[in-house]
This record gives sequence, C-alpha cells and structure tokens, in this order.
Amino acid sequence: MSAIQTIPLEWYLLLSTVLFTIGVLGVLFRRNAIIIFMSIELMLNAVNLLLVAFSSYLSDSKGQVFVFFIMAVAAAEVAVGLAILMMVYRNTNSSDINTLNKLKW
Amino acid sequence: MITTYLFYLLSFLAIMFALMVVFSKNPIHSVLYLVLAFFTIAGHYVLLNAQFLAAVHIIVYAGAIMVLFLFVIMLLNLNKETEPHKSVWLKASAAVASGSLLVVLVGSLKGAAGIQSAKTFDASIGLIENLGQTLFNDFLLPFEVSSILLLSAMVGAVMLGKKSIK
Repeated sequence: MSAIQTIPLEWYLLLSTVLFTIGVLGVLFRRNAIIIFMSIELMLNAVNLLLVAFSSYLSDSKGQVFVFFIMAVAAAEVAVGLAILMMVYRNTNSSDINTLNKLKW
Repeated sequence: MITTYLFYLLSFLAIMFALMVVFSKNPIHSVLYLVLAFFTIAGHYVLLNAQFLAAVHIIVYAGAIMVLFLFVIMLLNLNKETEPHKSVWLKASAAVASGSLLVVLVGSLKGAAGIQSAKTFDASIGLIENLGQTLFNDFLLPFEVSSILLLSAMVGAVMLGKKSIK
C-alpha cells in the first residue's frame, strides 16, 4: 500500500509549494550567509519532492533520474559556495551579507 | 489509511522543521533542524515508492552536505552572539513578500487541475534496476557531463580554499 492510491497529487503540490515558500522566506528573512545557503537547499528539496511525486504518479522513472542530477548540482553548489563563504569570512571577519555591499546601488 | 496518517505526520514535521531552520537563533540548531527536515523528506520518498532515491537522499544530504555545513560553522565559530539581525521592518516585509508568493503559487495551482495519473500503476519504477536502465539509456550524456561538473566544482573549491592564489 503506497501513498499513490490514497493521497491525491494536489496534496504533494501543496506541500512542495509550502516548503519552497519557507525557503524563500529564509532567504529574505535572515542576514547570515550560511542560513541563506540552507534555505536554498530547502528550496531544492521542495523541487525534488515534487519531481518524485510526479514521477510516481505518472509511472515514469525519468523524473527520479532528474532528481539525481539535481542532487549532483546541489553538492557542487554547496562545495563551491561554502568555499566562497570561507574566503568572505577570512577577508571581512563576518558571515553577514550586509558587509558585501560594494556592488550595491 | 495508515499511509494517509503517515503523510499528515511527515508533512507536518517537514514544515515545522523547515520553519525551525529559518527561525532558530543559533546556526548549529538550524543545521540540525535541516537534517531532520531532510529525514522527513526521505520518508516522503519511501511513501512514494522511491526507495533507492530515499537512501541516496539520506547519504548525500545528511551524510555529505550537512557535514560540510557543520564543518564551516565550526571553522567560522558562529554562535548566538555573533548572529546578525535585520530590522523589524525588513523582517515584516520579508514575511509579507513570501506570504504573498505562497498565495500566488497556491492560486495558480488551483487553475492547474486535470493532471491525469497513469492508468496502470507500476510500483517498481523506484527500484535501482529501472532507474539504472533510464539513467544509462536516455541520460548517458548528462550523466557524463555531471561528472565533469563535479570535477570542476572540486577544483574550484580547492582553489578558493587556498590561503593565497598566485
């Protein structure tokens, strides 16, 4: 017995939307660059969940293969992003994004 | 019936942990709540018959990415006292903006009715055999390109992490 027979697809759409919005809220709400990174991970996971839900409901394994690629891109993004964050901290002694305002209009 | 209750429980926990990631004061607590949120999402994958993907999700996210986050937080020595805060006005506008984004997205989903699920339900698409067939038949080139992406990301991270770049 799986979720597919009992739970409509719309509920997964709604859950992914809520998780994605919480990620957007985190990006807008916090000033710590690490928390902003975590919110981006949360948004990526909301998208992954939606892809898996569609792939299961449509009985098509291509959606789940896409999730693999998203995971690979997320891992690369986190590695490079955290390295950049270490550089920023080494130069400014804080992880506050408001210290990075040279390009701000 | 039990899957419905499991769906409710996992959804509630996922949303609660995601909110705790955003609103907890200490960055270490945020990371730990993020790990818990990832575990609930892995539970959703199991509910959706994507068992292999659930295992990969736990290994990659809880095992690799979260360890990176924890290492960086320990190296930067972040804690409650050094945590920067936005002004109340900016926080309120952030909440209003994301709330209206939620309203817009949910409203657009209302109009997107009529997604037909498959006539015959196949429980075995989440197994490693079918995923491997799809990955190495239809997506062979993207698979190879993603290996180059991972290599270049590794080189970039090492270059950025060096003390002085000549």
